[in-house]
Amino acid sequence: MQTYKLTNTYYKRAFLLPGLILLVAIIIFPLLFTIRVSLAGWNVSHAGLDFVGGHNWARAFHDRLFWDSMNRLLIFSFFTTILQYVLGFTMAMVAWRGIASRRFFRVLWLIPMMTTPSVMAIVWRSIFREDIGAANGIFHGLGLHPIAWSTEIFPATFTIIIAEVWQWTPFMFLILLAGLLSLPKEPFLAAEIDGASAWKTFWRVTFPMMAPISAGAIVIRLIEASKIFDSIFSLTSAGPGNATETPSYFVWKRYFTEFQISYGATLSLIYLIVAIIVLTIIGQIFARLSKPKGD
Amino acid sequence: MAKTFRTLFIFVWSLFVLTPLSWAVVTSFKPPAAVNNGVTFIPWVQFKPTLSGWKDILGISGYANLFPNLWNSVVITTFSTIISVIFGCFAAYGLSRFNYGWKFYKNPDIIFFFVSQRIMPPVVLSIPFFLFLKTLHLLDTHLGMIIINIAGLMPIVVWLLVDFFNQIPREIDELARLEGCNPFMAFLKVILPISRPGLSVAATFAVIFAWNDLFFALNLTFTNAKTLPAAVVALNGTVTPFWTLSASALFTIIPLVGFAFVAERFLSRGGFAGASR
Repeated sequence: MQTYKLTNTYYKRAFLLPGLILLVAIIIFPLLFTIRVSLAGWNVSHAGLDFVGGHNWARAFHDRLFWDSMNRLLIFSFFTTILQYVLGFTMAMVAWRGIASRRFFRVLWLIPMMTTPSVMAIVWRSIFREDIGAANGIFHGLGLHPIAWSTEIFPATFTIIIAEVWQWTPFMFLILLAGLLSLPKEPFLAAEIDGASAWKTFWRVTFPMMAPISAGAIVIRLIEASKIFDSIFSLTSAGPGNATETPSYFVWKRYFTEFQISYGATLSLIYLIVAIIVLTIIGQIFARLSKPKGD
Repeated sequence: MAKTFRTLFIFVWSLFVLTPLSWAVVTSFKPPAAVNNGVTFIPWVQFKPTLSGWKDILGISGYANLFPNLWNSVVITTFSTIISVIFGCFAAYGLSRFNYGWKFYKNPDIIFFFVSQRIMPPVVLSIPFFLFLKTLHLLDTHLGMIIINIAGLMPIVVWLLVDFFNQIPREIDELARLEGCNPFMAFLKVILPISRPGLSVAATFAVIFAWNDLFFALNLTFTNAKTLPAAVVALNGTVTPFWTLSASALFTIIPLVGFAFVAERFLSRGGFAGASR
């Protein structure tokens, strides 16, 4: 009995530890290093790990431009995720009920997820070019006023949201469709026998049963949206001015164009801490809300 | 009513999906005049298609050659996917079958630890990665990029596979154990062969995320190991015209879009229905 237990522990560790150690080695040690760097005064004129204490942290809390970029990230994440959820759910409902040549449409609808965000953003840039882009070309053909896509704040924000919705709605679609396919059949039969309308069946049966899956899908998308960088880098380069700058881009600029290594490290850590807190709270709220009522 | 809406939605959404792709295809064949002298849409009618955009990126005109970058992307994506799926499937199987614990830190917490690594914005780790790789002489090498990519891929793989293994009845393992297999052999000989759908989904996602990564490729590769997205983004940062950019964009996404036709089969089956719960 004793030996059985011993070997069991051995196998147990042999399964988990290689992966766990690999992940810890790749992520946790660099993270500790970033914390150390944030306490130094490493910049373009002075390289090295001296110790200046909380100087960078105090400076970061008063950096208006950084906190503006955090607000912007909140707006981007909120709007893109909501839009992706509503559209993804609609797509999943349409595909679930069976459409002509289903496989064709499913493949077509999945394609955006397979394309490279940073590269598709270049295509979006060519579409939203004010002078020679397709969008204003179509507007011109329809007799409408051209829009200043890249020189005004709202249109520029809109182009990012469009690119993100195009890119990631398929991901929502995929998770929600898989969820719909895994639902039990009985509640729908019951609703049909009761003569409930399609609208009522959706709100009373489908939507509540999908709540846990919806919550999971939204949280996953929020996590990915909180890191947005690629599309902003290639599409607007944070412009006009810094009107579409997000924290990733802001910190990247401090690092790789201004070499404010320690200050950038501090900002990136604040960004990480805020992301963890906000996402944990949202995750908890969603987990509560999506629990089936009554049991 | 509902049917009209459905048809309309299918039509409008498919159009939306196709718009940027078809614009890129059309633009990649445009001669300079068709881009710079006003917006054109229809080849042969509004302009005469030319291959100059494609010649620019395939090393024919001497402007740029993306084939080495394609090779880098293929090598880095393949190996980081294989390694993260191997390590990830062992960890996921362990988490699905054994009880781990260290004080009040239990299985769900360990799974959450894996998954929560996705929250980490790449920018937090970019400076240490840069310095560590430089110290190890791995900056701008395939191996360096593969190691970095694994950190991003393993959380996805573990997250998808734990759930998949949970759906496989434990009786199957126990039967294999009764036959005289140790846990290792039971996993390799019995569980892995029937896990092909789950492994395919996990590998597909790993391929997508590895291929499409920009941030680390942008900052940690320069010439030798520069991946396709980083190379195309670098072209975007210069005065490269739109016909060449469109061709390079298509060159980057075509391999994965081709892959989409193969992967769709695994993805839209209920393979990871429960993963989001």
